[in-house]
Amino acid sequence: MTSFNARRVRADVPLLRRMVNGRPITYLDSGASSLQPRAVIEAMSRYYELHHANVHRGVYQTANEATEEYEGARAAIASFINAPGGADEVVFTKNTTESFNLLAHSWGASTLTRGDVVLVSEMEHHANIVPWFQLRDATGIEVRFIPVSDDYRLDLTKLDELLEGVKLVSVTAMSNVLGTKNPIGELAQAAHGVGALIAVDGAQSIVHGPTDVRELDVDFLAFSGHKMLGPTGIGVLWTRASVLESMPPFLGGGGMIADVRLDGFTPAKGVARFEAGTPPIAETVGLHAAVRYLVGLGMDNIADHDHELTVDALTRLESNFAGRVRIVGPHDTKDRGGVISLDVEGVHPHDVAQVLDEFGVCVRPGHHCAKPLMRRFGLAATARASFGPYSLKADTDVLLEALEAAISMFG
Amino acid sequence: MSNLENLYREIILDHYRSPRNRGELATPPAHKVEGFNPLCGDEVTLYLDVRDGVLADIKMTGHGCSISQSSSSLMSAAVKGKALEDVQATIDTFKDLMTGHEAALKDESDVEVDLRRLGELAALQGVVKFPVRIKCATLAWNTLRQGLEEVSTS
Repeated sequence: MTSFNARRVRADVPLLRRMVNGRPITYLDSGASSLQPRAVIEAMSRYYELHHANVHRGVYQTANEATEEYEGARAAIASFINAPGGADEVVFTKNTTESFNLLAHSWGASTLTRGDVVLVSEMEHHANIVPWFQLRDATGIEVRFIPVSDDYRLDLTKLDELLEGVKLVSVTAMSNVLGTKNPIGELAQAAHGVGALIAVDGAQSIVHGPTDVRELDVDFLAFSGHKMLGPTGIGVLWTRASVLESMPPFLGGGGMIADVRLDGFTPAKGVARFEAGTPPIAETVGLHAAVRYLVGLGMDNIADHDHELTVDALTRLESNFAGRVRIVGPHDTKDRGGVISLDVEGVHPHDVAQVLDEFGVCVRPGHHCAKPLMRRFGLAATARASFGPYSLKADTDVLLEALEAAISMFG
Repeated sequence: MSNLENLYREIILDHYRSPRNRGELATPPAHKVEGFNPLCGDEVTLYLDVRDGVLADIKMTGHGCSISQSSSSLMSAAVKGKALEDVQATIDTFKDLMTGHEAALKDESDVEVDLRRLGELAALQGVVKFPVRIKCATLAWNTLRQGLEEVSTS
């Protein structure tokens, strides 16, 4: 049984008690980084106070405990995303960006050759574009883009054509700018239909609803701990065991080897060969606590809450600011999450965010590391508000009040 | 005055709404130089007409936030028609106000001198209370300095 009460979640997050510029903080930047419930912070403190040692090395008690904590986190994450091969498919990275770099430099560099196509989309974060361009520049692969339609969705009308020569489809499950949720299951089917694999950027989607890699039938999933109530510095690349086995190591060093001799080395088997050096152990403990916390809330409940907040915010933005604020994202709230990009008439996003800060409102101005998407819609930047499980309609109240002030100041 | 009101003074909003010296100059004789702020996407393009050691004319295009746009507008008004050494001195004084603000603010008398020399540009001093916005205010100035260096070496 799970229960969900956003007010209770809010009470669990220490940072939300802060005052900013004389007002209670209104945190609407969870799309950039979520806030941590006390359970996560305490789990990390407890780890350092009681269990810390390097993992996979010592034979003493705390070293065993640290290893158990580290591997326990891996198992919990595998179960959270329903990985068919369990913990052996979960590679720890620094964040989603590093996960994509690992994917491109290991799987990509060893599998793709000149002329092979990686199909991404125009709404990708730079993390799912730049590593492919780097690989293209090194090996001569082609990077192709699925266009975005005027209603802020993937334009799949020419998907069959786009899939020609494609070896990997790599798309986001939810846009960090538009809030659009993409039809990953459908894309997975199409990719597999032409013998390609599919990678998913789950950085945003992971905390906005349930993720089931078996049901989606995808091959890679990348996400970050700090966007799902966990700490910074820890991310995940999940890969099917059968694919993972074929991937060469990317970073070399301690912990990733089976043997090192004077004439060379033999990499370790399994996920260990992707985790060179001492990993961020406390961060995996924190991520484990975050997963436990999210499971306790119920990902379906979180998705329902996110949807309710999004419908409410879009409705009020449209009725209160018609003609003054353009919502850069789908107006249709089906397959759309709580990331709302705003283009305020006559006010630059940086100025919007600056005035909002005076009201204690935290939003993100900028291109959100999605410049091709910005260019597609003729924008240099937007001001983006994004919800977390602790967000309330009251946050939108303050957002609207502050937006009114920003418009009247520059109007 | 709150920090926010101090940041968005009327003179800044005025230059944002009605930027001075907007437009382009024929190149050559004018020199064209571009500046970008990759983090926020602000862009400024300056057209500099330098003759006989004088910045005879300056025009600009670009887009960005009120701070970057008003700063470039105020800058153009302050340096247009000035001898290059005066332009350089104004750039230095403005940059001091933005980057060396902590040291500058300790010595009130120096600040007075600086602000008098800066004239209307002093309206931008509210920016120093918002460290992430300093790069908005300095974009046009860095671009101008770069442009003048290019002119002097070409």
